[in-house]
Amino acid sequence: MPPILVVPIYFEGRHALLDSLGLRLRRTFGLEPRIRQPWFDPEIPFQPARSQYNSTLLLAQLLRDREDEAERVIGVTAVDLFIPVLTFVFGEAQLGGRAAVVSIHRLRSEAYGLPSDERLLAGRLDKEAVHELGHTYGLVHCDVPDCVMRSSTYVEEIDFKSAEFCPACLAEVRAAR
Amino acid sequence: MKPESATILIVDDEFSVRDSLCGWFRKDGYHTDTAENATEALRKLQEAAWDVVLLDIKMPGMDGLELQERIHQIDPEIVTIMITAYASVESAVQALKQGAFDYITKPIDPDELSHLVRRALDQRRLKSENVQLRQKIEQLSQLGEVVGDSPQMQKVLELVRSVAETDATVLVRGESGTGKELIAQAIHANSRRRFFPIVPVNCGALSETLLESELFGHEKGAFTGAAYRRKGRIEMANGGTLFLDEVGTIALKTQVELLRVLETKEFTRLGGTRSTRVDFRVVCATNQNLEKLVEDGQFREDLYYRLNVFSIYLPPLRERREDIPLLARHFLQKYSLQMNKGFTEISPEAMDLLVRHEWPGNVRELANAVERALVVGKPPVVRPGDLPMRIGSLSENVPADSLAAMEKTHIARILERSNWNITRAAEVLKIDRVTLYNKIKKYDLRK
Repeated sequence: MPPILVVPIYFEGRHALLDSLGLRLRRTFGLEPRIRQPWFDPEIPFQPARSQYNSTLLLAQLLRDREDEAERVIGVTAVDLFIPVLTFVFGEAQLGGRAAVVSIHRLRSEAYGLPSDERLLAGRLDKEAVHELGHTYGLVHCDVPDCVMRSSTYVEEIDFKSAEFCPACLAEVRAAR
Repeated sequence: MKPESATILIVDDEFSVRDSLCGWFRKDGYHTDTAENATEALRKLQEAAWDVVLLDIKMPGMDGLELQERIHQIDPEIVTIMITAYASVESAVQALKQGAFDYITKPIDPDELSHLVRRALDQRRLKSENVQLRQKIEQLSQLGEVVGDSPQMQKVLELVRSVAETDATVLVRGESGTGKELIAQAIHANSRRRFFPIVPVNCGALSETLLESELFGHEKGAFTGAAYRRKGRIEMANGGTLFLDEVGTIALKTQVELLRVLETKEFTRLGGTRSTRVDFRVVCATNQNLEKLVEDGQFREDLYYRLNVFSIYLPPLRERREDIPLLARHFLQKYSLQMNKGFTEISPEAMDLLVRHEWPGNVRELANAVERALVVGKPPVVRPGDLPMRIGSLSENVPADSLAAMEKTHIARILERSNWNITRAAEVLKIDRVTLYNKIKKYDLRK
């Protein structure tokens, strides 16, 4: 099974989430997750004016690794991510590239004034990670309602879709590998 | 998968803005590209077609507002969305006044951005659909349905072309079946009102009260059965053309009302109190002698002069026989396609019969004869036997202009008109029934 690097950034004490994500990555992509601590200064992407982390800069840091045998690298973080011009993003990936990053900051129910729900959070993280990794295999947003590649700008939209690719997207991922 | 083919050009001097927007839209499946400044943007605009351009208002050199103007000079259909910071909302408003679709203030909510671009693309699609539909209407407005090469018809078409562009009221005259409604449609389709409806009213088919309600509409409860407010034909024709067919049959009382509407361009719904202003053109048609009706006091003289501003006379088919082959082939093609039958031609014998027939029902009768022939005939050729009896009966070997031929045609027509009621036909022909039977036998007339 080819490896995928999973890089927890400001993600302390979230072992259960990482375990659940590992299972999902094995099942969906057939990739063996290898947890690796950041080899870069995680404060580099921080933008004090917005109190958020620039996800594009974070991706650039993730790509600085030299472990070339890993098929993909995914950063997982609890901090709030943004890209310039947008107020926030759930995650970002290189389209047809190798790296992706996802944040649980706005996937948490507490962010919307609701009680904490770890199971729901794990499901949301799985979906967003698969979604962003889908982009690294060249997939663009899909119109099929429950396909994981459907664009979601609200958590409710993430809850609505499944963690699976629709047949057309799945075929594209297989072709890309 | 999402097969988006829309193209988006992002113009911003800040790399991070260009990069993040480009990446964001690519993941939505759009074809995107970026430009750092106005010069690069203008070059890319010349090189490829763009649906949407997102452009920063503040850029060194040519700013976004000036660039927007240049973009719309290159292609006025391109949708522009301005990118601005809080500090320059005033410039964004200025951009909107100059034709921008909308503006985004950095940073924007991702959902808002997706919706904004989708709306922009929808607007562009609707605009281009609108242009296509208008072009289609222009194509359909080429007098295509009016068929005729004869000098008489060429004259008619010339009149249609010259009067169509004016807003003058037109009175189309001609026997029943000569195509008066088609001429009315051609006038409308070639007028500046063509993008609005042409609303026909068959005045002869409606009783006095019904015609009033049909023309002016009614308010709820205006009369028994008026359960809801209804728009009248005059109101429906607002912006377009009102086609009054069989105008000679309008009752005197309604004529007064109609004249008032034509003069004031205002009407009141039945049962209503408020008058409504409308803008429409009138084209009317009649097969009656309106002058005689005026003389007899059945048609108001003032209305007659109001309607008879420009008159077009449609000659009966028998006076323009050279058009018959052209029309017959036109109907053959039309109905063969409609019925999905493989008819390609009319035999010379059948065509000869068609040309020699008198056509009291004019073009409508010819169309019906060809349609019937296609129903009973065997493709690919229409033969004399496929034609209705009253036309086919001419096929006997008698010279067309002989007295016998005329007698035969006349008797055949009367029999047809009286539905082969021998007594009634004999009465019309003013001969006794035995003589009629003998003539039927002599000319081998069959039902």
